[in-house]
This record gives sequence, C-alpha cells and structure tokens, in this order.
Amino acid sequence: MKLTLRWLQEHLETTASLDEIVARLVMLGLEVESVVDRAKALAPFTVARVVSAEPHPDADRLRVCVVDIGRERVQVVCGAPNARAGMKGVFAPVGTTIPGTGLLLKKGVIRGVESNGMLVSEREMGLSDEHTGIIELPEDAPVGAPFAQVMGLDDPVLDVKVTPNRADCLGVRGIARDLAAAGLGTLKPLRTDPVPGEFKSPIGVHLAAMDERACPLFLGRYIRGVRNGPSPKWLQDRLRAIGLRPISALVDITNLLTFDLNRPLHVFDADKVDGDLVVREARKGERLLALNGKTYELEEGMTVIADSRGVESLGGVIGGEATGCTMETTNVFLEAALFDPVRTALTGRQLNLQTDARYRFERGLDPEFVRPGLEIATRLVLELCGGTPSEVYTAGAVPEWRRTIALRPDRVRTLAGAEVPEPETRRILATLGFGIGEAGTHLAVTPPPWRGDVEGEADLVEEVARVWGYDRIPAVPLVRETPLPKPALSPAQRRVGTVRRALAARGLVEAVTFSFMPAGQAALFGGGKPELAIANPISSDLDAMRPSILPNLLVAAQRNADRGIPNAALFEVGPQYEDDTPEGQREVAAGVRVGRTGPKHWADAGSPVDVFLAKADALAALAAAGAPVDNLQVTADPPAWYHPGRAGILRLGGKKLAVFGELHPAVLLKLDVKGPAVAFEVFLDALPPVKAKTRARPLLKMSPFQPVERDFAFVVDAQLPAENLLRAARGVDRNLVAEVRLFDVYHGKGLPEGKKSLAITVVLQPETATLTDEQIDAFSRKLVAQVAKATGGELRA
Amino acid sequence: MNDDLDKLRQDLLGQVRKAESLEALDEVRVGALGKKGRLTQLMRTLGQLEPEARKAFGAALNRVKDEIADAIEQATGRLRAAEIERRLEAERVDVTLPVKPEPQGRIHPISQATDELVAIFGEMGFEVAEGPHIEDDFYNFTALNIPPEHPARQEHDTFYLPERRDRTRKVLRTHTSPVQIRTMLNRKPPLRIIVPGRTFRADHDATHSPMFHQVEGLVIDRSTHMGHLKGCLEEFCRAFFDIDDLPLRFRPSYFPFTEPSAEVDIGCSRAGGELKLGNYGDWLEILGSGMVHPKVLQNCGYDPAEYQGFAFGMGIERIAMLKWGIPDLRTFYDSDLRWLRHYGFVPLEVPSMVGGLSR
Repeated sequence: MKLTLRWLQEHLETTASLDEIVARLVMLGLEVESVVDRAKALAPFTVARVVSAEPHPDADRLRVCVVDIGRERVQVVCGAPNARAGMKGVFAPVGTTIPGTGLLLKKGVIRGVESNGMLVSEREMGLSDEHTGIIELPEDAPVGAPFAQVMGLDDPVLDVKVTPNRADCLGVRGIARDLAAAGLGTLKPLRTDPVPGEFKSPIGVHLAAMDERACPLFLGRYIRGVRNGPSPKWLQDRLRAIGLRPISALVDITNLLTFDLNRPLHVFDADKVDGDLVVREARKGERLLALNGKTYELEEGMTVIADSRGVESLGGVIGGEATGCTMETTNVFLEAALFDPVRTALTGRQLNLQTDARYRFERGLDPEFVRPGLEIATRLVLELCGGTPSEVYTAGAVPEWRRTIALRPDRVRTLAGAEVPEPETRRILATLGFGIGEAGTHLAVTPPPWRGDVEGEADLVEEVARVWGYDRIPAVPLVRETPLPKPALSPAQRRVGTVRRALAARGLVEAVTFSFMPAGQAALFGGGKPELAIANPISSDLDAMRPSILPNLLVAAQRNADRGIPNAALFEVGPQYEDDTPEGQREVAAGVRVGRTGPKHWADAGSPVDVFLAKADALAALAAAGAPVDNLQVTADPPAWYHPGRAGILRLGGKKLAVFGELHPAVLLKLDVKGPAVAFEVFLDALPPVKAKTRARPLLKMSPFQPVERDFAFVVDAQLPAENLLRAARGVDRNLVAEVRLFDVYHGKGLPEGKKSLAITVVLQPETATLTDEQIDAFSRKLVAQVAKATGGELRA
Repeated sequence: MNDDLDKLRQDLLGQVRKAESLEALDEVRVGALGKKGRLTQLMRTLGQLEPEARKAFGAALNRVKDEIADAIEQATGRLRAAEIERRLEAERVDVTLPVKPEPQGRIHPISQATDELVAIFGEMGFEVAEGPHIEDDFYNFTALNIPPEHPARQEHDTFYLPERRDRTRKVLRTHTSPVQIRTMLNRKPPLRIIVPGRTFRADHDATHSPMFHQVEGLVIDRSTHMGHLKGCLEEFCRAFFDIDDLPLRFRPSYFPFTEPSAEVDIGCSRAGGELKLGNYGDWLEILGSGMVHPKVLQNCGYDPAEYQGFAFGMGIERIAMLKWGIPDLRTFYDSDLRWLRHYGFVPLEVPSMVGGLSR
C-alpha cells in the first residue's frame, strides 16, 4: 500500500516529521517497507528559462541556447525540437548524473560549440518514456527553484505493508486514523453529506443472488451529461506517485476512492447498459470480456452483475469491457456495493485474477461507508466532469455488523504483559473508533464497522497494546519449572544426533537435500507412487516425495566429481516417504561412498570403495544408535537398487534395521553416476526402543588368567556364508570363547573346485584356572567337530 | 709367575680393546672368565700352592679378574652405544613425508544450528517435539485458524499432493506450526516445546527455497504472557548470536494463529554494505511470534479462559546465515563438498550451554 506524505496529511492534522511518522507506523504494526524521497535524487535539477535559441552554425538540428538558471546564464547546445526562446525547462548542470540514463554529465564541445549542461526530457529525468522534446514547465515556474518542488515530486512516497487483518488500512485515511489514535495528530473531517438527486435513476438494480450475503447492499447513481477527459494534474500526480497510470477522470476517480478511502467503486457507461442490472450467481458457460482485455469463463458460485444482454461485471473483482467508460461517455451509472469476502476470494482464485478491488473485498470492507463513498465519488464526478446526479438507487441494506466484546481491563496486563492504566485502555479504544459500554467488572466494547477483524478479547488486547507500544512491555524471564533442566531430547531423538555425529566422525560429510526428487529417480528406488506425487511442483525434477535419500546423495556425489572432487563420502539423516501417512515418513541415516577410499598416496595405495566399507558404515551407525550389533543377522536379499550379489540386509529378529552394499550398475547408469558406488541405509525408527532401565552397567568380571589364541583353517563349500562358520565357532563354548576372528579367506590353488578356506583365530578366556594343554586340545577337537557338523567344513591339512 | 699374570692381563686387556662387536667381546669374556677361561683355569691352580703363595697370588689374580670384568663391562657399554648409533643412522627416514590423509567428516550447518537451538531452549525447559511433513489441511491450516478462504492461505505457496477419493488433498507442511496442534491434542498443559524441522513452500528464487527449516516454539500454561515471550526470545537471541547487548524490537503484526502478534527484529548495522549484528541502531527481522490465538486453543480442546501462552517461529537457515556469515540460502542444499567442508562443523563440536555453542 503506497501513499505520499502530503496525501497522508490531507487526512491527518499533524506536526510530526516524516521520520516520526515512519517510526510510529512501524510500531503500530504498519511496517514501512520503503520511503522514497524523489526530491533528494532530483535536487540538482532546477527551473531554467531559455533566453535565446539560435541555430547551431554547424548542425541543422541543434540549437545553441542561452539559459537563465537564476544565478547566471549558461550556454547549452540542445537537440530538442521544442527548445525555443522564452520557454521554461529543466536544467541539469555539469557534474550531475542523469536519472533516466545513469550517465554523468560533463562539460562538452558539440561540433565546435561549448555546452555547459543540458535541458532534459521526461525520459532523461526517469519520469516517463516521453522523449520527443524537453520538459516544458509552466510560465510561472520560478527560475532557479528545484524542479521537483515545482512538479510536486518532492513528496516522499511510503510503501506500507498492510497485514491481511488490517483491511481498514488499505486506504490512506485508515492509516491516518491509526496514527491519530497513536497521538500523532488529529483526523481531519471528511465531507460525506448526501448530494441531492435531481431525478430517479433510469437504471434499477435487483439483488437476485441465492444467498443474500453474496451482495447484501448495492447502491447506484445515474449521472447524466458528464464530460470525460484527462483528470486534473493533482489527481494524476497522486496516482502516478503510487505507481498507477492515469486513464480518464471517471476511472481515476474510482481509483482515488479505492486508495484514498478504501472504497472500490465501479462506473458503468450507462448508455451501454441494457435494461436494469441484476446481481446474481453466474451460470456455467457464461463469459466476460473484462476491462483488462481478457475473457473469463465463469463458474457457478461467482457473483456477477448482469443486464438483459448478459454478464457485464464480476462483483468485487473487475468490470466488463462492454459497459466500460471511454472518453466519449456522457451518461454513467456509479456502483458502490458490498460483496462477500469469501466468494470474492474464491472467484479471484478460480480465475487467477488479482485486482485492487478483489484485494479489498476479500479482506472485508466497512459496511457503513458504502453510502458516504458514493456521495464523495458523486461530488468528484460533478466537480471534474459536470453532469446531473440522480437519486441513489438502493438495493438491499447495510448488513448488521454491531457486536459486543467483553474486555476485562486486566487482560492487557495478564495477556500482553503491558501495565496500561484502565483510563488509557479506554482512551486508546475510543480513538480507534471502538464504542465502550460498562458491564460490571468488564467493558462492553463495540468495534467500529471498519474493523471486521476484531472478534474477541485478545484482539482488543492487541489494539490497546500496539497503540500503547510493544516497546513498553517489560521483558520477563521465562523461569524454568525445575532448578535443573530436564533433557530436551527423547532417547530416540538423542540417538539420531549420536548417529549423525558418529557417521561424520567416520569421515562422511553431512548433506541436507530436498525431500522431493524427480519421479523417474524415485521409481528406481521403490518410489513414484501416485499418492506421493507433488500436484504442483515448482519444477518437473522436484515432483515426487523421495522414497529413499540415496538418489539425492548419488547425484550430489556425481556433481562433486564433475567439479573435480572425486571420492565423495556423503550422508544425510532425514526422512524418506513410503506413503502419505505420518507413519509412512521414516527417519533414515543414509550414506554413499563413491570412487576410491582415498586419493593416491605414497603410504596407502587405497582401493575402490566396496560393499564392506558400506557395511562398516552401517554397523557403525547401528552401534552408535545402541543396537546390539553382535546379535544381528545378515541376509543377502537386498532391495532392487543394490547389486544382488554384493549387498545385504542387517536384521534383528527378522526386522530390517539396515541395508548396505554396492549400487546396482543399471541404477547408476540411469542416474548418470559413474561408479563404483556403495551405500547404506539405516532405519532409525526400526531400532528397538531405548529402554529407560537402570543406568548401572553389569558387573565387570576380569579374569586373572592368561587368554589363549588358537588358529584353525577350514575347507568349506565356496557358497557357505562365513557367518555360519563364525557362529558355529562362537557356539562351541560360550563361557570359554571370548572372540572369533576371521583372518583369511582363500580360494584357488591347492583347494578342490568349489571350495574355499576360511581361517579363524579363536580367543579362549578361562575364568577359573589357566588352561592346560589337554583342555586346549579337547576344546580344539570339539570345535573342529562342531564346525564340521554345522558347515560340513574340514580342517585344512 | 707375576710376570706371567701381568702378561696375561695385558693380553686380555688388549683383546678387550680390540673386540669390535658385542659377539667378539663375549668371546673374550668366555676366553677369560668362562668355565674354561684362562683366568678361571688359573683360579683352579690356586689349590696347589702353598698357603702364603696362594694368598698373595689369589689376591693378585682376583684384582686382574676384577679389572678384566670391569674392562669388559665398559667395552660392552661402548659397543652397545655404538651399535645403537649405527642402528639409528640406518633407521633414518624423511620426516617431511606427508602423512596419510584421513577423511574429514563434517556436520551440516543446519544440524549444528538445530543442536544449538536445542541446547539453548533446553536450558529454558523446552522439549523437542516433531511431526509429519505430509500434513492434513486441518493441522496445517484450519486448526491454526486459517479457514479455506483466508487471505493468509494465499501467502503460503502450498505444495499439494494429489486429490484423494474423499476430495481432500494432503499438503506439505508450510510451517512447523501444525506440530503445535498435534502436541496440544495429545498432551495436557503446561507445555514447553520447540519443533525444529523441514518446511515447504512452492517458491524458488535467490532468497527462497522450496524446502527450508523452521523452529517453532510453544509455551502453554496459566500465566505466560507477552513479557515472557520477550524475555524468552531476548535470552535466546543473545545466547545464539553470542552478543550480550543484542537489542530486540517487537513490532505488532498479524498471524492468524496468534493474537496479539509480533514480528521480532534484532539490532544490526548495514554500514558499508556489510551486515553486522549488534546494538547499532538498524533492525533486521528474524522471526514471527505472538500469544496463541484463543481459537487455536479451543481447536485443541484447551479452555482459553484457563490456559494461555506464546508461540514463535523462525527460519533455521536464516539464523545460521546470520550467525556464520553464509551468503546464499540455496547453497545449503547443493551438497557441494567445498561448501560443506568450509561451513560444516567437526563432529566432536557438540553444542551445549555450559560447554559453549559453536566456535
């Protein structure tokens, strides 16, 4: 919402400076987004009189002008066709930057004649596109005076951000009213008395909407014999200052009412209206060529104004081209009405049509200001265009808006924390236009008709507090209920943070990527379900909720490789979406490693990343999360986006806790990612819940007896999972076997076809006495027998 | 006889001197003092001597024996030192060789900022609450006092999921506020929660990302008012930005789910085109807040006559950018390793109020 300082002062009697007004507006909740003072930028440009204009001796189109700039006379070479002796123009001295071109003006010699400045056009001043000649100022413009002042451009323009609740401040007068309530001046009276009608309006209005709330009130006035034309300079200047284009006196008047008094109006060319006007619901298939030149297909539920030919205007949104005013218009029908905010908003949204009228109607307008608005507009039409007014045609009535809200004066203190004395509370509400009645312990407050947003006690508290000043509310410490803080995180939340830092400690770099991705990529990772598509994506490559974090990380790793950073190790802890329910959103720690374990180095040749690196990552994450990593089962049935023979699932009692492995080469190819690439996905919400049991650890038993290590190598089927052999070895004697380590896997020479050798170290830890050779031998025999039984393996010769 | 002994002494001392290795020296020792050593042999002859001669010769022999043993010990020390010397020389390496690079993991600034938020608000008695990103219209809008035709809805740039059989559409939550509703519907007051998390708006330009992070705060009890909101946010901002005299400005504003509502600015300076936080007279908006709207309380089954409280919401990327001088919002989601290593945090820097937030 833009306005100028002088415009504001037409409504507000005040001695406050611009800075004071801006500061106060901000603290009233009317945020000032910018203040543009054009006078400052235009200060060097002054009024000048052309004393003489002689043809340039060496150029047909140029003239050598002597210009009186007040303190002296200077010579200027000018190419404008309208430069002539006696005219007044705008002089730009040497050393200034021309606003429209951004060029620094230098002293010059043009075809041998010295030029000490410039006479400028509107385009050069940045005022318009006009460049056919230099600006011509009125005869009486004082020579040497700042041009901005003469042109009325020295009026600072404020841009105020009006929040959706403050519909009343979508007019300059509403803003003035708030400032007056805040003690920054007094609101000037507004002349709204009725203009006597001289005849009955030949056009009638009938309210025929299904729901009378669609248009409860429609006032119309016929004005005969107007002369439309350009509006006067003061009106044009005002509209231009807030970025509107003056069109004609009749249109400019409606725009002025909109922005000055927040009262949108419509003017029909009465001669183009066929019969009476009917306010009704649109019928499916009806169309309207609107004033913006576009044709709209209307839907049921939209409120239209129709004549016998059909729809002529869309209530509260936009008028129609067929009945619009032109410079030839001589008879008009002025409309001032109330339209339902909800229907107006819906209509605008369905048609994707934003207008100044819609913006106001959908926020709610003052129901008592329809008539005054019409009277003010009538006066302006009569003043600017002449004509004879009819009586006001009234359809409907002002809807009931009065409501009483109970306010306990103490609520200002107990809710807003502001120590406002009760008399001050009453004063603030009264100046804002609220009616105050007594009702025992509380006040019975009636909001003014322009404050449809005020619905309850809390709203009243805000009104009092904001005018009193939020800056006067003392800050009070938020005291904790307990002397020491309780944990802010639940055990499960804390676990997520631990996993994150554990993965980073392993050298993986944390990324945060979007929750959406291209549907094609989602489909590769088990996603792409229709219920997880984005109906209105901002781009086609962000149109599906991600079923896995991996595609984002893989693509990111490739982006890094393309930038010359190979060997990315990235992870993310975040959501993946399996369906659109809250339970379908799962918390996952996922990571990828691409390329090699490290760059070439003299001390470490490095190796391509492999499945076991990903498995180690997954296990580290699970260990950090407190999962019983020693009790997990590994199965080789990974999801389809993994290499079927180089990936696995870590399970606890059948429950899938993590997946790890090499990515499927076909998937990498589709993602355009150069491998090798491995990945892991740890499902944090599948982990067993953290039990709130005793913090005490089990008693530590440290054996005083020497542990013993024995190595065994078994020849087993090449297909045998090593885990089977390790499990068998561990199970030989749970009290004695402290650890089983696989230290060699061998295929090939010396072994039969289809066999492999697995070599293990078994650590025995006796608890009661040092092991004797006989005991160790007995254990070894038992181990060999049990492993053979469990795996079919034989001790390697 | 004495001459013979002296000759033997000279001979043995000579051998000791000449020994150039520990092995050679040991041979000398064995030859002199071993079971069959020359001095040992002589000792054995003592028994055949007359007592007088035995006493004199025994003493002389013992002196020689001690002297030789001493000499061997000294030589041993010398040879050991020399051998270590040789070994050290042989073991010399080029210590300027670069060490094996260890991969450096990093924590993303959003995670670090979130952990800092939790550390600060945790001290004030807040708990962390969470909620789904795919939301029902009810939680994201209606329960928050944003009915379908409310103009504020247009400002939310909502992402929608496809329309379902019952004609409803799920949305990607446009703010973390729906978790207010979910929490209040599930728990009884008093409440103090913060809700950090992902939020989504259909907007993408230099200062907007279709996904970003917010932290929501909610306090509900019988007496918390706007003065507490001020106190809480002042403490938070001063702690988070680590500026003791950071001024805050509360401006009246509008949010459908709070009444009264306030936008909060922090002090800054923009002198010379550089943004600097602190008590410098200029202001920078960082968050929205207010007292929870009575209708929102009612929608959650709380009696507004009995309970009240405040809520606030702020962008995590925004405060991270301000704190750490990160210039561009969009870079947060690029996963550019150069950026992550530069702006990321080492994993052991876990923020806490008593231990300090981030460096």
